[in-house]
Amino acid sequence: MGTRTIIPFGPQHPVLPEPIHIDLVVEDEKVVEAVPSIGFIHRGLERLVEKKDYIEYVYVAERICGICSFIHGQTYCQGVEEIMKIEVPTRAKYLRTIWGELSRIHSHLLWLGLMADAFGFESLFMHSWRVREQVLDLIEATTGGRVIFGSCKVGGTRRDIPAEQMSWLLAQLETVEKEMQLIVDVFMNDNSVKHRLCGVGVISKEDAISLGAVGPTLRGSGVADDMRLLKYAAFGNLDFQPISKTDGDSYSRCAVRCAELFQSVDLIRQAAAKMPEGEIAVKVTGNPDGEFFSRVEQPRGEVVYYIKGNGTKNLTRFRARTPTFANVPPLVKMLAGCELADVPVLVLTIDPCISCTER
Amino acid sequence: MIEEQTIITVMPETLVAETRKMKEQGYRLVQICVTRLGEELQLDYTFDLNRKFVNFRFMQPKIGARVPSVSGIYWCAFTYENEISDLFGVQVDGNALDFKGNFYKTAMKHPFIQDAAPAPAAAPAKGGQ
Repeated sequence: MGTRTIIPFGPQHPVLPEPIHIDLVVEDEKVVEAVPSIGFIHRGLERLVEKKDYIEYVYVAERICGICSFIHGQTYCQGVEEIMKIEVPTRAKYLRTIWGELSRIHSHLLWLGLMADAFGFESLFMHSWRVREQVLDLIEATTGGRVIFGSCKVGGTRRDIPAEQMSWLLAQLETVEKEMQLIVDVFMNDNSVKHRLCGVGVISKEDAISLGAVGPTLRGSGVADDMRLLKYAAFGNLDFQPISKTDGDSYSRCAVRCAELFQSVDLIRQAAAKMPEGEIAVKVTGNPDGEFFSRVEQPRGEVVYYIKGNGTKNLTRFRARTPTFANVPPLVKMLAGCELADVPVLVLTIDPCISCTER
Repeated sequence: MIEEQTIITVMPETLVAETRKMKEQGYRLVQICVTRLGEELQLDYTFDLNRKFVNFRFMQPKIGARVPSVSGIYWCAFTYENEISDLFGVQVDGNALDFKGNFYKTAMKHPFIQDAAPAPAAAPAKGGQ
C-alpha cells in the first residue's frame, strides 16, 4: 500500500459551477476513498412555507434551481393540486409538458457544454452553449423569462402559446434539432471524447438501484425508469418510453442525455399536435388540507416534493428531495478506485446541481 | 390522482427489519423525510419499485428523537440520515458514514426544530438634519 494523501476537491474548483466539497483519499494517482460534504449554500427555503402563502410559494419553488426552475414550480403546483383535488385544464397540462421538455433540452445542452469543458474540448463546449442560447430564446419568446419562467401556477398556467407562435416554435426547433445532431455526433463518435468517457466510472445495474441513483445516472446503468411514466401533465397522451443504456459508464450517461435531447423535441412536437383549445387555468379557492408526495422527472432525475397542509394559507411542511441529493452516493461509489485525473469528469457525469441539493 | 401512495405505519423497533424486506423485494430507497408536527416529529421512509410508491411512517418526540440507521441495508441512506440529524436533531444509531453534525453548515444547530425567529425590528428612523 502506498502513502495515502488527502486532496481537497472543491468547493472552489474550475470544473464546479457550484460549491461541493469532496475529500479525495489518494494513493499515488488512484482515488481510494471519497468523502463528500455539502452545506455551503444551504438557504433553508423549505422553512419559508411557514411565512409565504401557498400560492406565493410557487415563486420560491421556482427559485430552488436556476436550470430546472420551471419543473420545480410544476412539481410544487402538481402537489398542491393533488391535495386540493383541482382538475387542471388539459391545455395547461400540455403547456407544462412543452415548457418542461424545453427545460430538459436546455439543461442537457448546458451539461454537454460543461462536460466538454471538463475534458478540455473548448470548441465543443462553445457550440453546445451556442445552441442552448437558441433554446433559451424559444423559452423567452413563449414565457418572457430565460431562467425563471414564472409561467406555472396552482390551477394551471399563467401564459398560453398561441397557434401562430407554436408554429414558429416548431420551425425553430427543426433548426435546433439539426444543430444538436452535429454536436451529438462529436460526443458519440469522437475518439478523444470516447477516450475520456468509455469505461470510466462504471456503476452496475444492481448498484444503481441499491445506491438510489435517479435520472440519466440510473438509466445509463440499464434501468429504464423515468417518472414521466407516471403520466403526469400530458405524458399519458404522448408516446413515451424511457431511454436507457447498459454499459453504466460515463459514456452511457452521456449517451442517455444526448438521446433525450431528440426525445424531448419529439415530445414537444407530439404535445403541440395534440394540444386542445380551451382554458389554461381554473380559479383556486380554499387552502390545502392533506398531504402528497409529488414526483416529477427533472433533467437530472426524479424530484420528490413532500407537501403537507393543515387548511391554512401556510403549508405545514414542504420538503424537496432533489435528484442531485440522490445521486451523491452513486458518485461516491464511482470515485472510489478511479484515476485522480478522472475526478472532474466523474463529478460532472451526475450533472450536479448544488443549489437544488442545498435548497 | 397521479399515483396511488401507500403509507404504512411501522414501529421504530421494526424499521430495520421492514426495510430489509423492501430491499429483498427490489425496492429502492427514494428518501427519508422528517416533518415537525407540534412537539413531535413525523418520520417518512419512502421506497419505490417500478413506480409503486410505499412509505413507512412513525412518530418521535421533537426533543430526543432516536432512530436506528438503515444505512446497513441501503448504504445511500447515509445522506438522508446525516440530513435529519443536522437539521432536526434526530440521533441516528449506526450510520455507515456519520458526519457527526457537519454534513450541513448551518448558522444555528438543528434549525428545523427551532421556532421561527421573530421578524427583525424596524430600522430606527434617521435623525433630522
